[in-house]
Amino acid sequence: MPNVKVLAQRQEQRGSRFTGGHSLCSGCAEPMIVRTVLNAIEDPVVVANATGCLEVASSRYPTSAWNVPWIHSAFENAAATIAGVEAAYRALSRKGKITKRIRFVAFAGDGGTYDIGLQALSGALERGHDFLYIVLNNEAYMNTGVQRSSATPRGANATTSPAGSVIPGKPQDRKDLTEIVVAHRVPYVAQASVSNLIDLANKVERAMKYEGPKLINVYSTCPLGWRTPWDSAVRIAKLAVDTCYWPLYEVEEGVYRVTYKPKEKLPIEEWLKPQGRFRHLFKSEKGKAIIRELQEAVDRHWEELLMKERCTQGKA
Amino acid sequence: MAVELKSWKELPIGGVIPGGATPELNKTGSWRAQRPIWDSDKCIHCLQCWLHCPDDSILIRDQKVTGVDYDHCKGCGVCAAVCPVDAIEMVPERGGAG
Amino acid sequence: MKKVMTGHKAVAEAMRQIEPDVVAVYPITPQSEIAEYYAQYVADGLVRTELVPVESEHSAMSACVGAAAAGARVITATASQGLALMVEILYIAASMRLPIVMALANRALSGPINIHCDHSDAYLARDSGAVQIFAESAQEAYDYMVMAQRIAEHKDVRLPVIVNLDGFTLTHSSQVVETLPDERVKEFVGEYEPLYPLLDVDNPSTWGPFAMPDYYFELKRAQQAGMEAVPEVFLSVQEEYSRLSGRPYKGFFEAYKLDDAERVIVVMGSTAGTAKVVVDELRARGERVGLLKVWLWRPFPRAEVAEALSGAKAVAIMDRALSFGNMGALYLDITSAFAGREGPTFVNYIYGLGGRDVPAEHIAQVFEGLEDAVTGELRYLGLRE
Repeated sequence: MPNVKVLAQRQEQRGSRFTGGHSLCSGCAEPMIVRTVLNAIEDPVVVANATGCLEVASSRYPTSAWNVPWIHSAFENAAATIAGVEAAYRALSRKGKITKRIRFVAFAGDGGTYDIGLQALSGALERGHDFLYIVLNNEAYMNTGVQRSSATPRGANATTSPAGSVIPGKPQDRKDLTEIVVAHRVPYVAQASVSNLIDLANKVERAMKYEGPKLINVYSTCPLGWRTPWDSAVRIAKLAVDTCYWPLYEVEEGVYRVTYKPKEKLPIEEWLKPQGRFRHLFKSEKGKAIIRELQEAVDRHWEELLMKERCTQGKA
Repeated sequence: MAVELKSWKELPIGGVIPGGATPELNKTGSWRAQRPIWDSDKCIHCLQCWLHCPDDSILIRDQKVTGVDYDHCKGCGVCAAVCPVDAIEMVPERGGAG
Repeated sequence: MKKVMTGHKAVAEAMRQIEPDVVAVYPITPQSEIAEYYAQYVADGLVRTELVPVESEHSAMSACVGAAAAGARVITATASQGLALMVEILYIAASMRLPIVMALANRALSGPINIHCDHSDAYLARDSGAVQIFAESAQEAYDYMVMAQRIAEHKDVRLPVIVNLDGFTLTHSSQVVETLPDERVKEFVGEYEPLYPLLDVDNPSTWGPFAMPDYYFELKRAQQAGMEAVPEVFLSVQEEYSRLSGRPYKGFFEAYKLDDAERVIVVMGSTAGTAKVVVDELRARGERVGLLKVWLWRPFPRAEVAEALSGAKAVAIMDRALSFGNMGALYLDITSAFAGREGPTFVNYIYGLGGRDVPAEHIAQVFEGLEDAVTGELRYLGLRE
């Protein structure tokens, strides 16, 4: 299992696969995740990137932050694009034109995955291409200005689900993308967080043992969109994990394993309070009701997850 | 950042940027409002700052911290926030990059 | 070897002989049989192609982009709504200068939904940056599929190429097609040489970057250079292919009895076949009529078409699609080539929408109608008033 020294050693040996000199916001969680994922993979990789903050900020012509082959095509097609790259790899390997083992990674945000890219993702999962799909989940369309996505939590103030005097933020619950992917019965699915990067690195390593589609949904703080301090990426994500709002778990060949169980499960308020996007919830009765509902949902989903873990034990 | 803009005839085909990363072309250190000061005496080389740095600006050699790449560090302060021994202090930035 | 086959089969045969590395395709009437034939070739081990049976045309073109950028030779096929779904990514493929070859089984765009032929799908992709060629027959569809590969992959072009063949009229009807021996086609298309392939992991390239106002314009101008290179490449590929096949392909269009023609029809696709019959009949009666059948539509060979039509008195330009709010696209292509100089009278005919039949009598009416034509007139052929 890769620890931080192994990751550092790898980066020292082969150079950084994702360098400084990108224009992501100061304190953005995405580059932490990207560099960790790429350092955790031993083989050469090709990366496909959906339109989004990461893509825009890392490829402003004629500059690039990528020391691995990288392609961006559009918003909704990262999975289909990497599927094409992988198909080319299979074809050219069969013809003896490629002899190296190369692995394939797609990066996309929650908008590019939960919403507009869901169909392409589902198709690529079903067809069984060998790729790792990393969701950089910051729970809204950050690149276009913090509009709500289907990953945005209930009650959050986003620019297209604003907190108003009548409607206190997004009325709908978030979608459970991770479980949608589990339902595709691919070999490896996990949730990870920028607050637990070594856990993420370990998950990447376990995922890459499998040939076939793998997905890791990574919780990625957006200080700008969540209205938290610039240095808060790790701390806020840690609260999402410790409140069990964002459980860290993996589903390996159908077997659930919760990779981190907080010693003390914190109340949801601990995670909500430091974020500007939830501030209004504490100021009205409607908002407080939403907080209670969020807590109930977290409790229910956490219990379900533990139950799934128990139910699938011994299946392996 | 004075970069010479090229004519259309000089551009590689298809908008491709050959040759990998170009950190030298985008020195984001100029964004910085506060500067991390690393204290080598306090540092235990746990590499948490290196692991979390969004701008890959914690310099390391043989898995030990050697300093900060001020050409690219944007001064977010995540390194200081994750340091378990307070070996990085954020101080107000006075000069420009470098 | 001469065989009776459908347009589908002719295209699929060309694809089998080219044997691309990757085919990403999604079913849609009237294209599906191309995908079906090819899937069977893969299933029977006749080709070593990686078939990507995608979940939409959008993903078909996206997978083609990924595969082509990775370094593979790539072919796809679609029609109508499928192209509409693809078109976002087709623009991107052209901007990346990816030589993706596509057979387009021309079908009317919705709505109302209709599965039959017109050219509204091709017109939708008019400004996409893809080269567009129109075939008159299954034979031409076969020949241009083979030639398209060379045009697309030429180092100065490097652009997607669409080979248009009329849905049903060509795709589903059986015609005599002469195919080349497999090895001749393989030699003709040669080995694909990718540029900056993603799979060259030792030399990483960044594909599809974000361009600000400081570079977007230059990148688009550089893309236009690919289009500018097409005419010369098109002619040289035609010449080489004509030698190989014994079928004379020469020029951006076929000039049928055009030399001394006073009244001329300009048309693209299978309707040219009907028009030739009518031209022959009228010629037999001593009428000086002719036909210009466009092969290469994008880039449009303005100067050559203008030259070929300059001796005519009246020209009917036939568009098998409406460009709502203006004259047909082909009409504008041709008449703009005459801007500022004397030319024939030009009338625009919109015809055959949604598979409306175009019998010989209608074509004869068009020639008749040229007697009293006024430039700038928009007429509808075969429409109930």
